[in-house]
This record gives sequence, structure tokens and C-alpha cells, in this order.
Amino acid sequence: MATPAREPTGIPPRSLTGRLLRWADKRLGAAKLVRTALDKVFPDHWSFLLGEIALYSFVILIGTGVFLTFFFEPSADVVVYDGSHGPLRGVEMSQAFRSVLDISFDVRAGLVMRQAHHWAALLFLASITAHLFRVWFTGAYRRPRELNWIIGLTMMLLSIVNGFFGYSLLDDQLSGSGLRIAYSVVLSIPLAGTWLVSLVFGGEFPGPDLLTRFYVLHILIVPALIAVLVTLHLAILLRHKHTQYPGPGRREDNVVGERLWPTYMAKAVAVLFVTAAVVFLLGGVAQINPVWTFGPFRPGDVSSASQPDWYMGWLDGILRIAPAWELRAFGFEIPNPFFFAVLLPGLIFGALFLAPFIEERFTKDRAEHHLLDRPRDHPRRTAIAVASLAFYLVLLGAASGDVISLRFGLSVNTVIWLFRIACFAVPAAAAWITVKLCRELQARDAGGRIVPAVEEMPKEPATPAG
Amino acid sequence: MADRGPLPGRRSWSLSRRERMPALAFGASILASIGLAIVYWQGGQTQAEGVLLAIVLGGIGVGLAGVAQRFLPPGPDEEPRPPVPSTEEEVAAFVADFEHGGEGLARRGFLVKLMVGAVGALGLAALFPIRSLGPRPGRGLKETPYRPGIRVVTEDGEPVRADQVAVDGVLTVFPEGHTEAADSPTLLIRLAPGRNNPREGRSGWAISAPNGDLVAYSKLCTHMACPVGLYQAAEGLLLCPCHQSTFDVPNHARPVFGPATRSLPQLPLGVDGDGYVIAEGDFSDPVGPGFWDRGR
Repeated sequence: MATPAREPTGIPPRSLTGRLLRWADKRLGAAKLVRTALDKVFPDHWSFLLGEIALYSFVILIGTGVFLTFFFEPSADVVVYDGSHGPLRGVEMSQAFRSVLDISFDVRAGLVMRQAHHWAALLFLASITAHLFRVWFTGAYRRPRELNWIIGLTMMLLSIVNGFFGYSLLDDQLSGSGLRIAYSVVLSIPLAGTWLVSLVFGGEFPGPDLLTRFYVLHILIVPALIAVLVTLHLAILLRHKHTQYPGPGRREDNVVGERLWPTYMAKAVAVLFVTAAVVFLLGGVAQINPVWTFGPFRPGDVSSASQPDWYMGWLDGILRIAPAWELRAFGFEIPNPFFFAVLLPGLIFGALFLAPFIEERFTKDRAEHHLLDRPRDHPRRTAIAVASLAFYLVLLGAASGDVISLRFGLSVNTVIWLFRIACFAVPAAAAWITVKLCRELQARDAGGRIVPAVEEMPKEPATPAG
Repeated sequence: MADRGPLPGRRSWSLSRRERMPALAFGASILASIGLAIVYWQGGQTQAEGVLLAIVLGGIGVGLAGVAQRFLPPGPDEEPRPPVPSTEEEVAAFVADFEHGGEGLARRGFLVKLMVGAVGALGLAALFPIRSLGPRPGRGLKETPYRPGIRVVTEDGEPVRADQVAVDGVLTVFPEGHTEAADSPTLLIRLAPGRNNPREGRSGWAISAPNGDLVAYSKLCTHMACPVGLYQAAEGLLLCPCHQSTFDVPNHARPVFGPATRSLPQLPLGVDGDGYVIAEGDFSDPVGPGFWDRGR
């Protein structure tokens, strides 16, 4: 049962708060609604912070991003640099690249904002990924939360794409290589590829309108989509009320935690400020993407050991270890990148989107769930999640294959073959160990006795679907 | 509750022990804000700005967390969580209401069809502007600015003499007047005498000299068009820095490792009357990555 609501004696009728609220309520009539909202109870656990940190990173991204738009020029027009960075003076470059140099060297606080923006993007994707795995490990995507899982994954995809747009806009040597790869991936799509690159890039690479288009996408369209989806994500969260870990007094039909006002809100705002503090500390003292050392993009130049930002790394890893397969017949072909840069990531994300429904099919569990699972109690789901994480990390490592081969004095071929084997062997081993570990932990919970494993069958009878 | 405010008779700036931590955090934040303003006014300094911003924001965050933990009502509170689905009656009432609104439409089937048609036509018409986003993909993907007789030049636009590239040397060149063309970067490579093993029908595509053959291949990887910039002269291997595709230059630049499936396209070379290197035509194949009708 709900704890008795506080007596409404807090605000004396003539206090400032009281008068302000009365003024507003006579026009909006929202006192009851807002009171209900402020009384909402949120459960407290460190792992619930991950999604929050993602939200706050998004806020910081918008703040720093707006600052950057005042100084960035998305133009491919060629100019000769004459700013304050000596080594590049007299070099021909695009206006876009020059404006990035100006932000870095001549705009006050420009570099700290630019680097904070980049760090916030990395933290955004990192916290989204961690949040995704929290939801996965605890089975929080089960009914009724499938829609929020799908919305969350969509936001993750949009964020990955927008991160790519973001670092492509700088028009430095590294981002030029990244764009060229993206162009080649789109081009590889059968039948539509040649048209698609023309429509997206405005013509053959590099395309005359590329920067302006990616700029509009990066600062307006994708962020607006993410903002809409964040709103939906949170609205659905409020409707469901947050999941909670099992514990004394916690049941499927209640939620135990802190009320939104004031304690939870104060803590949430505190997390926002601490997140911002970390981002700006990194932005100030940890150099990131020093484009002035890469130089402006030239089609014939190349930088060795070029790597994308970490959230694109796994895709790059796939491409590096992919075998040289492609289909050719009658002068037509399905090029190699289509299989490994379009089809495979498509299948992976497709499986992720369908995960709640696939699990439901196997467990026949159609009940509503608001209590989270402990990962150990569901060895198969946990093993699949761990194996996926391992697969992801191996691919991320493969994206550094050339650096690893240099560092350890191995041939590139050896390293790539090791990763080819590892991307199958490591996830399999990780899954096996996870299952063993889960059973061991279950046995320990049961007081040392080896009991028949708790499998992912629901304990409670399935309630009729609504 | 006793800590909620200054007690009567206590001066407001004397702090209880529990108030000390948040007060310190907020105070540090205020000082750092002042410092930030000074640093900015003095012309800015990236590291100082970062550290001060961290103290400004971190001070507020830590202070607020301290206040929340010490002075705000702690949990746990509890709230009931009714099942998500509406009751059968609610759903039935909604469906009835919804269909009631549609009855008038159902009797005007033709009008509804016309309305759907109008909206659909608008949708189709709205597709046409998409067509304006880019030109029809034509021969462009299969051709480069190379023409018979065009000189090859360095990135700075200087023409190249055949003897300019030493044995095992590499030079990046472009067709004259097109040094910015993204599809044109070309590698001139001098292979030691007797090393070049040209593909059938391309024996005349290299410039032969006593110190070896000068060959030209597209610099764009046939996997993803990264410039294949790393040449290991001893093995004659060109390595792509992006995905480690490796091409065997003496054997007509065929792929020997990595994801690339096709040889680097070769450029037929010649020498003009002034002794400068020219192209005898366009590349042997479309440069760069594959696409569905590349071979047509």
C-alpha cells in the first residue's frame, strides 16, 4: 500500500511559493497533476544511473554543440589558412577545416568546448551501451517494456550515426577516410547503391553538398529525432513506473524508492552536474581528435593506423577480418562490403530489436514483469548477453589489428587470423564460462547444495494477455 | 529536520558539521566560477578552463548530492503499481467510441477512397524532390579524368620525368589539371629489372628502362577506396591502412590478403616528346570499391 501522502500544510497560503503556485494554477489548473508527478516513486540502484548519464550527456552535447554552431562553417570552399597555428599557415584547406582550427586556437574557450563535445559524445554512446546491457542482463525488456527497448535501440542507432556525422564534418584527413568508407558501404548496396550515393552525397565522392547536408543532419534532424524518442522513452517509463530489483517489500504490484520531489530530483540534478564536470575536465585536460596534426583532407593522402571512434570500431573490426568474398555473375556483382558492412550489422541489430520477442517465444512467458531478474538466475540469457559482449569486444580489438601487430611485432596477417578465430572462440568460451558461473552462484545461493538449475521458466502463472 | 535551516539565535554562517561538506562544495564552485571568468577575460587557457569548469559543475553536483543525502527526506517510499493494460470494459468503450466516429465515413466509401487517393498522390509527388538531391549515376563511377596523352603530375602540379622515380620508389600522381579529383590518385612505382610480371595484353603498359619498369596503379583500394599508401618494397606489397588489404604489385597488383577482392586498376603509361610521363588512356577497370553494375 502507498505510504500516506504528506499533509498539505507545507505552504502557508501567503508564502511566495503559495502565491506563485496559485497564480499558475488559476491559469493551468495543474496543481493536482504536478503533485502526482512530484510524488512519483523511483527505485534507487547504481545501475539505473546508466540511462540517466546518457540523458545528461545528451543535454551536454546540445549545450556544447550550440556553442560550436556559432563558429563552425560547413563549407567545402577552399581557403588558405592564416590563423594562429603556425605549422599550417599557408596551407590550402576547406573553410570547414579552417573554422575548426579557429575554434581550437582562436576562439576563447573554443577548444575546451570542442573537446568536451567530443568527450560527451563518447560518454553518450558508452552510457547507452552500458544501459542496454543492464536492461539485457536483468531482463528488463520483457513485457510490458518491449516498445521502450525498441525505442532505446533506435536512439542508439541514431546516436552512432550522428557521432559519425559529427566527426566527419571537420574535414580533416582522418574523417575524409571515414567518409570514403561510408560512401563505399552505401555504394555496395545492390541495385540502389549507385543512386543512393548520388542522392546522399550529391554526386560522386566527395560530393559538392556533403558538408552542408551532414551539418543539417548532425545539428538538427538527428538530434530532433533523438529528442522526440527520449521524450517517448521517458513517458513510457513514467507510465510503467521503473523496474526494481527484488528485495524485502518489493513486489510486482508496487514500486519502492524515493519520491521524485525533492530527494530523487536533487540526486538526479547532482548526477547531471557531476557528469558535466567529468566531461569538461576531460575536455580541458585530455586531448581528443587533434585534427591540426592530421591536416586537411586530400584525396591522395593517407594516415596509417587510422581508426574510427570506439562506437564505430566494431563495424570497422568486422571489415578488417572479413574474408574476401563477393558474388559476381553476368557483369553484375554484390561487392564484399555489402555482406559485412550492411547485411551483417543489419542482422545483428535486427536480432537485438527482436530480442524480447524471441525470448518470449522460447520461454512462453507472457506475464507482465516489473521485478528484475538477477543475471545468475537466467544462465542462458546471461550467457547470450556475455557472448554478444565478447563478440563486440573482439571486433573492437580487431579494429586495432594494425596497431597491435606493430606493438607486438607480429605480422598483420597473423593478427588478423587470430582475430578471425577469436571472434568465434572467445564468445563461445565466454558463454560456457558464464553458464558454469551462474550455476555455481545459484548453488551458493541455495546454501552450497547443487540444486537443479533454475531455468528461465516463469514462476508466476502467466496472466492473460491484455 | 532540525538541520533544515539556521536555528533561531544562531548566526546563519555558522555551520553544523553535517552542513560542512555541501557548504565547502558550493563555496569551491563559487570561487571556481570567479576564477573561470578571470581566465576567460585574460584570453583563456584550455586546461585551466577545463579544471575550473569541472570544479564549478562538480561543486554544485557534489554539494547537491550532499544536501539530498543529509537533509532531504530519505526513502523508502512506496507506491502501488496497477497492471498496465486497461480493463476489458475500458477497451470496449474506447473501441465503441472510435467506431461511432467512423460510421459516417463508412457510408461515404467513395469519398473516403478519393481522400486516401489524394493523400497518396501527395505522397508520390513529394518523392520527386528527392530526385533533385543528386545527378543520375552515369559513367562517372567508371571513368576518371585520365585521357590518352594527358600528363601525370604530382600533388603540386609538377610534371614527372620517367627517370624521376628510383628503384623501389613510389610517387603519388594525378592527371594534369585534376589534382583535386578524388577518383584519380595514382601510384607510380619503379620495380627492379625483371620483377614486373604484367597481366596478359598489358606488356606495353609500363615504361621500361635499364633500372626497371615504371608501373602505375590506382591508389584507391578496391575494397573501400582508402588510399593504399604503405609500400613494402622488399616484397613488392602495397598495404591499405584502413582494412589491411594487401596487393602484390609485381604481379599486376592482385589482392593477396585482406578483404579486397580485385586487383588495383592499372594505368597504361607512355612518355611524351619532352620526356614527361603521360597516360595512354584511362584505368583498366573502374577505380575504387565495387558496385552492382560495375562490370556492365
